[in-house]
Amino acid sequence: MNHAPIVPVILPALVAALMLIDRRIGSQRALAWLSVVLMAGCSAWMLVLAADGWRSVYLLGNWAAPWGIVLVADRLSVLMVALTSLLALITLASAQSGWDTRGEHFHPLLQIQLMGLNGAFLTGDLFNLFVFFEALLIASYGLLVHGDGSARIRAGLTTVALNLVGSALFLIGASLLYGVTGTLNFADLALRVSQLDGAGVTLAHTGALLLLTVFCLKAAILPLGFWLPGTYSPAGPAVGALFAVMTKVGIYAVLRLFTLVFGNSAGALAEVAFPWIVLPAAAGYLLAMICTLAGTDLRKLASMLVMASAAFLLIGIGRASETSIAAAVYYLPHTTLSAAALFLVAGLVARSRGERAGDILVAGPAPLSAALVGGLFFLTAMAVAGMPPLGGFIGKVMLLLSMLPDEGLPAAIGTIGWLWFIILAGSLFGLIALARAGSTLFWKSDGPSPADALTVGWREALPALIALAAIAGIAIGSAPLQRYAQATAQDLLQTDALIDEVLTTRPRPGPHQPSPQTFR
Amino acid sequence: MELLMASGIGVMMAGGIYLVLRPRSFDVVLGLTLISYAVNLFIFSMGRLTIGAAPIVTEGHTDSLASMADPLPQALVLTAIVIGFAMTALLLVLAVRQHAAGDNDLIDAPAPRDADTPDGPPPP
Repeated sequence: MNHAPIVPVILPALVAALMLIDRRIGSQRALAWLSVVLMAGCSAWMLVLAADGWRSVYLLGNWAAPWGIVLVADRLSVLMVALTSLLALITLASAQSGWDTRGEHFHPLLQIQLMGLNGAFLTGDLFNLFVFFEALLIASYGLLVHGDGSARIRAGLTTVALNLVGSALFLIGASLLYGVTGTLNFADLALRVSQLDGAGVTLAHTGALLLLTVFCLKAAILPLGFWLPGTYSPAGPAVGALFAVMTKVGIYAVLRLFTLVFGNSAGALAEVAFPWIVLPAAAGYLLAMICTLAGTDLRKLASMLVMASAAFLLIGIGRASETSIAAAVYYLPHTTLSAAALFLVAGLVARSRGERAGDILVAGPAPLSAALVGGLFFLTAMAVAGMPPLGGFIGKVMLLLSMLPDEGLPAAIGTIGWLWFIILAGSLFGLIALARAGSTLFWKSDGPSPADALTVGWREALPALIALAAIAGIAIGSAPLQRYAQATAQDLLQTDALIDEVLTTRPRPGPHQPSPQTFR
Repeated sequence: MELLMASGIGVMMAGGIYLVLRPRSFDVVLGLTLISYAVNLFIFSMGRLTIGAAPIVTEGHTDSLASMADPLPQALVLTAIVIGFAMTALLLVLAVRQHAAGDNDLIDAPAPRDADTPDGPPPP
């Protein structure tokens, strides 16, 4: 059996435990690099395999689904794991500059967070998804308050309380589904949900929409997203870069659950979630983009843009056509990386302008190393705003085109014109906000640099450069990635093969082979 | 038994929601604890309520599940309890830290960027 799917989950868990034995920062860094590089290698290998249609069902404990818990590595989950590994490399490169010594246990927390992220992307079991959600959240609280500061403590308190309520809703939804179907495995749930009738349908419907609420809370979609700017903006640049992928866990969960379990073949419960998604997502996108105009500092601006990008992805998912889901899958790596880059650039700007001015968007001292920092900001802003020739532009065009009905543009004006308007107007607001931020930070200066402003060299800029290189890679490798996104969307909408594979994968023969068939 | 269970869960959930909406962090912690109790009981009851049945296959009863309690919700509840416990502990630590730092335990006190101004009610 191919053991690759378990590596991104178990490797960081082991490394985190090892780090607690030897707590010197040097060995922790070495272990962290070892873990992240191995993880990146493994996920890159799986990505190459998955591009050719490889899929793996990994039976944990050698029990067949649905009795045991499975990990499922398919195109979507492998893409997400690869993205997480890349962000982990960037975060680690950024934390190395001294952020990780501001408090205890940065590296173990980072590893646990990676375990939670990868596990959430790979699991094929609803309750296991909950467990990995909690693992990544509890580590993220630790990372959030790392380095102290009362702003971070306060942000942590609100986030923990909010997410505990979210976890309660998740458990209610998951156990409702278990109550009516008697299973928690995604593939088995998909089969059983389609056979429900009577009160079972109502209960499963309630459970499904409760889960949608929780995922939208995690993804920070409109009525549930106001926690995000307060949580993300006090975080350090390295942590903010990693947090860019956290809202995408919610997006992933929506995409996974509501295409596989409540997808087009779920009988009475087919596509229960999609009618609820598009309107809040569109409104959330517009609101987040308007809020960028009021952003007081660069990290707040970046947080608003994270909200906007999650909402944009959900518009694509909520449209639920093959092309719109493909557009969302294509856009996802680009938008995550560019949000991460913006958090990193905000850290560089704060460094080069000194403690007092920081990254606040008012005229302040001229930043040191203005050419390098300004150049990085310019490129990142282009990526975030979705300017050509980068991937954000292609993703947005893909989504706009996917909404075009067969009759062509004139017929579209009446039906989806408002959605086009919202997407284009929102992008314009984001562009204006970024342009204004750039000109305020780099062109308006009111005096010499303070003593605590530091120069930014290539070494400090390296993490942001890695992120920008990956963004450029997405733009250059656009055609293969588009094909990958297209194939992912097809996989998500035709789930029979996946369900069949999960439920027919047999355990390896062994000396103590349990035979679940005994209990009928 | 169903009525007792359902009303118990309902009352606890209602009390929890009321407490979570209060402005002080101690009340919020208590409320979240109540909510997690209610949720744990709810998960438990989703395996159907049975009396005097063990979640173990006993000798001679392997042909029927009627004499068995559902073991899975019990495992789920155990996991949920452990996670809820850890989260509550973390929340308490954060609440105590905030209390020590800011001299108040209001959950949405003004942002600390205004912390230079002395604490007190905002001007009318």
